[in-house]
Amino acid sequence: MSGAFESGARKGEVATGTTIMAVAFEGGVVLGADSRVSTGTYIANRVSDKVAALHDSIYMCRSGSAADTQAISDYVRYFLASHATEINRPPTVKTAATLARKLCYENKDALMAGVIVGGYDPIEGGSVYVIPLGGTLMKMPFAIGGSGSTYIYGAVDANYKPNMTKEECQEFVKKSIAHAMARDGSSGGIIRLVTVDATGTTRDYIPGDQLPYGP
Amino acid sequence: PILEFLPTSISTTMSSGAGYDLSPTTFSPDGRLFQVEYAHKAVENSGTAIGIRCVDGCVLGVEKVLLSPLLKAGSNKQLHTLGPHHGMAFSGWAPDARQLIDRGRSEVQSYEETYGSEIPAEVLAERMAQYVHYFTLHGALRPFGVGAIVAGYDPETKKHALHMIEPNGVQYRYFGAALGKGRMGAKTEIEKLNLSTITCREALKEIAKIIHTLHDEGKDKPFELELSWLCEESSWKHQHVPSALANEVEAAAKKEIEDAEMEDDDEEDDE
Repeated sequence: MSGAFESGARKGEVATGTTIMAVAFEGGVVLGADSRVSTGTYIANRVSDKVAALHDSIYMCRSGSAADTQAISDYVRYFLASHATEINRPPTVKTAATLARKLCYENKDALMAGVIVGGYDPIEGGSVYVIPLGGTLMKMPFAIGGSGSTYIYGAVDANYKPNMTKEECQEFVKKSIAHAMARDGSSGGIIRLVTVDATGTTRDYIPGDQLPYGP
Repeated sequence: PILEFLPTSISTTMSSGAGYDLSPTTFSPDGRLFQVEYAHKAVENSGTAIGIRCVDGCVLGVEKVLLSPLLKAGSNKQLHTLGPHHGMAFSGWAPDARQLIDRGRSEVQSYEETYGSEIPAEVLAERMAQYVHYFTLHGALRPFGVGAIVAGYDPETKKHALHMIEPNGVQYRYFGAALGKGRMGAKTEIEKLNLSTITCREALKEIAKIIHTLHDEGKDKPFELELSWLCEESSWKHQHVPSALANEVEAAAKKEIEDAEMEDDDEEDDE
């Protein structure tokens, strides 16, 4: 899906060659990402945070150009904040995803960004929306993205079950990202895990030497 | 000297604008915007419009004054749909209302395009009110001579609401709202209703009664009663009330008015 763009990166550009993932469960969402940011073969940041907060219970996993995805998440965060004030209630994940999609689609020529928007709202519960390179918007039970995702399509299809619990989702995300980090040179470091539900958000990370799979 | 330029109906009932009423961008010394007040007058002298927020939905009704016997019955509707779950009634200058309806419709569309879900009633009312207000701040523009009653439903929160927008750009949320010639009498009647338990069907009949009661057969031009609703029965879409129900409601209302009048006559005879 979004692995080929690595070779299209501008020379010297900071890219998040990445593995990102999000899985929805009934009361919320688990989002996960690796932490490697590379400029060519140099690892510019080995502990970066690729899961950006858009609102209290809505997050966005970023892959592609680091600058582009930071700009997008900053804009969406700003629009969502004004919108939440206007409607006087927490915004929906659908709205956050629609705003991100608009930016990605209208500026598709200038951007290189594949993002996954996931979170909890009282209307839909947990939802995951994926926005790959061209700016399509797709609501999915779970989504993977980034260069590392190409190596784990088989694994996630085999291991995904509908109606998993929160803990099962967390294990699923950790294992899948660990497998991708083991094979993709552009993915590595630690696994950052964000779990969002009605009670709030928990951020967690798995250190690089305690990955569920890897050398 | 300014009194010469005012139409006689206004000059006899209002204090002189004395030059402060020539532009909406001029306050009077006592803090009034005369152009905006005159815009309110345009609404006050027009056909009555009523909206009621019931427990199970919202209903809108207008007294559609028939300016000519040559007009085709049922044409020139005065209740307009702004979006799948939003509708409005207006009182005042019809061409100005056209502008406001178009703006309302485009706000509904652009909100959905930007945010992916349907515009909540209070946001639509606020956007339309801000638009109306804009026209009260410019020397090159005049205020809207229209008041609008907007009914809306939000499929996400499953709540329905009624809002009214006035020519000066304020909007509030109401249980019951009325505009136009018969608004004073209408508001008195609406206040007598139990608005925390009234259903749409009951409210439709009450609106029909109010409009028929306040219509003066001798003085006012003939009219058509137009009714619309937004409720479970209409799948929360803004629709004109089905004609069978509308006729039934109007007939029931007329009968109740007749019965009340006969009772009054009987009481007089006893004396």
